[in-house]
Amino acid sequence: MLRNRIIPVVLLDGYSVVKTLQFDVRRNLGNPIVVARIYNSRNVDELLLLDIDAAKENRTIDYFTIEDVASECFMPLTVGGGLTNCDHIEKALKKGADKVVLNTEALRNPDLIKESASIFGSQCIVVSVDIKKDGDSYNLYSHSGVDTGSLDLLEWCKEVESLGAGELFINSVDLDGKMTGYNYDLVKMISEAVGIPIIACGGASKPGDCTKVIKSGASAAAAASMFHFTDYTPENCRENMRTAGIPAR
Amino acid sequence: MITIIDLGLGNVNSVMRALNYLKVSNRVSSEISDLEEAEKLIFPGVGNFFEASKRLEINGMKQAIREQVLELGKPILGICLGMQLLANEGEEGGISKGLGLIDGRVVRMSSEKVGLRLPHIGWNDVSHRNLKLFSGIDENACFYFVHSYALELEGDVEHSLSNYGTDFVAAVKKDNIIGTQFHPEKSQKDGLKLLTNFVNGVF
Repeated sequence: MLRNRIIPVVLLDGYSVVKTLQFDVRRNLGNPIVVARIYNSRNVDELLLLDIDAAKENRTIDYFTIEDVASECFMPLTVGGGLTNCDHIEKALKKGADKVVLNTEALRNPDLIKESASIFGSQCIVVSVDIKKDGDSYNLYSHSGVDTGSLDLLEWCKEVESLGAGELFINSVDLDGKMTGYNYDLVKMISEAVGIPIIACGGASKPGDCTKVIKSGASAAAAASMFHFTDYTPENCRENMRTAGIPAR
Repeated sequence: MITIIDLGLGNVNSVMRALNYLKVSNRVSSEISDLEEAEKLIFPGVGNFFEASKRLEINGMKQAIREQVLELGKPILGICLGMQLLANEGEEGGISKGLGLIDGRVVRMSSEKVGLRLPHIGWNDVSHRNLKLFSGIDENACFYFVHSYALELEGDVEHSLSNYGTDFVAAVKKDNIIGTQFHPEKSQKDGLKLLTNFVNGVF
């Protein structure tokens, strides 16, 4: 039986690990290799490494960092940050990534989803969807300034799926770093609209939140702040899921 | 020495890193001469069957692998797409030919029919573990899978199963030809143990 995953997210601002609050205020948390080593020793299900400045600064995530993390971690590694073409993706995979996250470039040039999925396989392509709640509605958000005004959230998610993405990484911008729980309604809404697995992110504060977001339709629960700033470990989350009858490793 | 066959498509270096960690001499290569020098071959893969099939036809790679495995009896371990490519043909991206080392076809999994999401991504257990490849690995161990297509065997071939809405081939063995649908190089200590078994001829 397939286990639902708990995925720690490691955000980079180039070379250091940072944690953001609502995609804005930052705290520096040190060296990504050290952070990855700790997660590896904790047998996490998967690690997500994202350089949040790469797209804005017109560069890619540092390939040496991917390589350093991959040489210490014999677990699934998903990376993203400024990957804008298939050469970038191939390089990231060569350095040890198993999957790549497309965000800004997917919005700017959706054909990249199709092109990369046809070469590397759908299972390799994760598309990140950043969402901001505006009153009762949800809007796509681009922190690299791509105009998303004309895109409808659910239509975009369906398009991403039909272009060949293998997973959706759903990010609640307004809950980022708040540790007040995931946006369960949002996860439920998107998971009902698409057939590919969903990784939910934004707002996790305790193991029960992970269980609840999986029950809302996510295949994986991702978190950064909860693991950086509290004593909760991915194993605590998996235990909570098992107790609730959700398959976890 | 183990040669890791590189078609320029996948995370071949992850297998290299795992072998380096296990202190097993290895080389990542797309050169036929490196296939000839190797004692064993590992054929990893993330990618699209159709694209990989095309690349196998370049520079006689397909013929060279078949020769090393069938005529010289070198053990080969296909991982994920590498396992799927051991089969006769696959339907991902359009029908195309595999290496034809194991009788079977690679078809899209039927999990969606019972309401499950594809790709099948994550940790899953493996049953019918009669293959020696699993020696010394805890019975409840989970391995990391990431795929939407699976191998349908023709005829009587030794294999292990996993389940995702439907049973599918998780590992296969025919003489010196071995395959795992999951990624041992990404399955932490249990995966490293399985790679060690292959390296030591325990399969």
